Amino acid sequence: MLDFDAGKYAAFVWPAYAITGVVFAGMIWATLARARRWRRRAEKDGQ
Amino acid sequence: MIPAPAFLSNPERFMAFSRWAAPMFGLLAAVLALAGLWLGFTAPEDYQQGDTVRIMFIHVPAAYMSMFVYACLAGASFLSLIFRHALADAAARAAAPLGAAFTFLALVTGSLWGRPMWGTWWEWDARMTSVLILFLLYVSYMALRASLDDETKAARAAAILALVGIVNLPVVKFSVDWWNSLHQGASVFRADGPAMPPIFLWPLGLMALAYTAAFGSLWLVGIRAEVWRRRAEAAALRAARS
Repeated sequence: MLDFDAGKYAAFVWPAYAITGVVFAGMIWATLARARRWRRRAEKDGQ
Repeated sequence: MIPAPAFLSNPERFMAFSRWAAPMFGLLAAVLALAGLWLGFTAPEDYQQGDTVRIMFIHVPAAYMSMFVYACLAGASFLSLIFRHALADAAARAAAPLGAAFTFLALVTGSLWGRPMWGTWWEWDARMTSVLILFLLYVSYMALRASLDDETKAARAAAILALVGIVNLPVVKFSVDWWNSLHQGASVFRADGPAMPPIFLWPLGLMALAYTAAFGSLWLVGIRAEVWRRRAEAAALRAARS
């Protein structure tokens, strides 16, 4: 079964996963936002 | 001239390919990450490291990606510098922020793993210092591109920096063999096979594949954004001239 109890190491394990999650979310958001912005500009200016 | 795959040599074909490949890689990354995390959190504690072994499933793939993405950045920079290939330059530019993010993750998760295991957040040993240099190379690459108004000159200068910086990759990889280091040696890619049991190797392998697929997806989207940016700027220039 899933074991989410990190015991005495919880203060190290969970921040590592939290930071990884935040950085991945940031990477995905920044990449998609940039693509959307330039796609709109290219479609608008290309007309 | 080195024959490039058809989709890389033609922006139209690349855009058609990446339109379906980017979400496919993204979906693959999500499935692999879920499987990797499931196996990672059902694996038992390590007899020496306890629960901190679970940091390995996110730290090692980030460290591997920090080097893999730099190799992609340097390869694209080489093609851009030698063959003046616009898509190669777009690929190099799109890889840099992703590589910086993976290297940042490797440094931070490594520090969070090091504190309970080594008793220190940071040590100026060869492995950690060379990874920090790798991070600074990514940042320098992005800063150099942003600092020059002439995009052609910026691309060329940044490509040279990326190619010079590639000497750091073997230092990162072999630092633990060449010098005494607090960091452990290679435990997966070894001549005599992996030095860890399958119960840890499987989630680690799945997470490494998930990180690779995630990078593939985000890299393709990043290159698409760069193609659109150039099209928009070319259209704006044409409009200004007419």
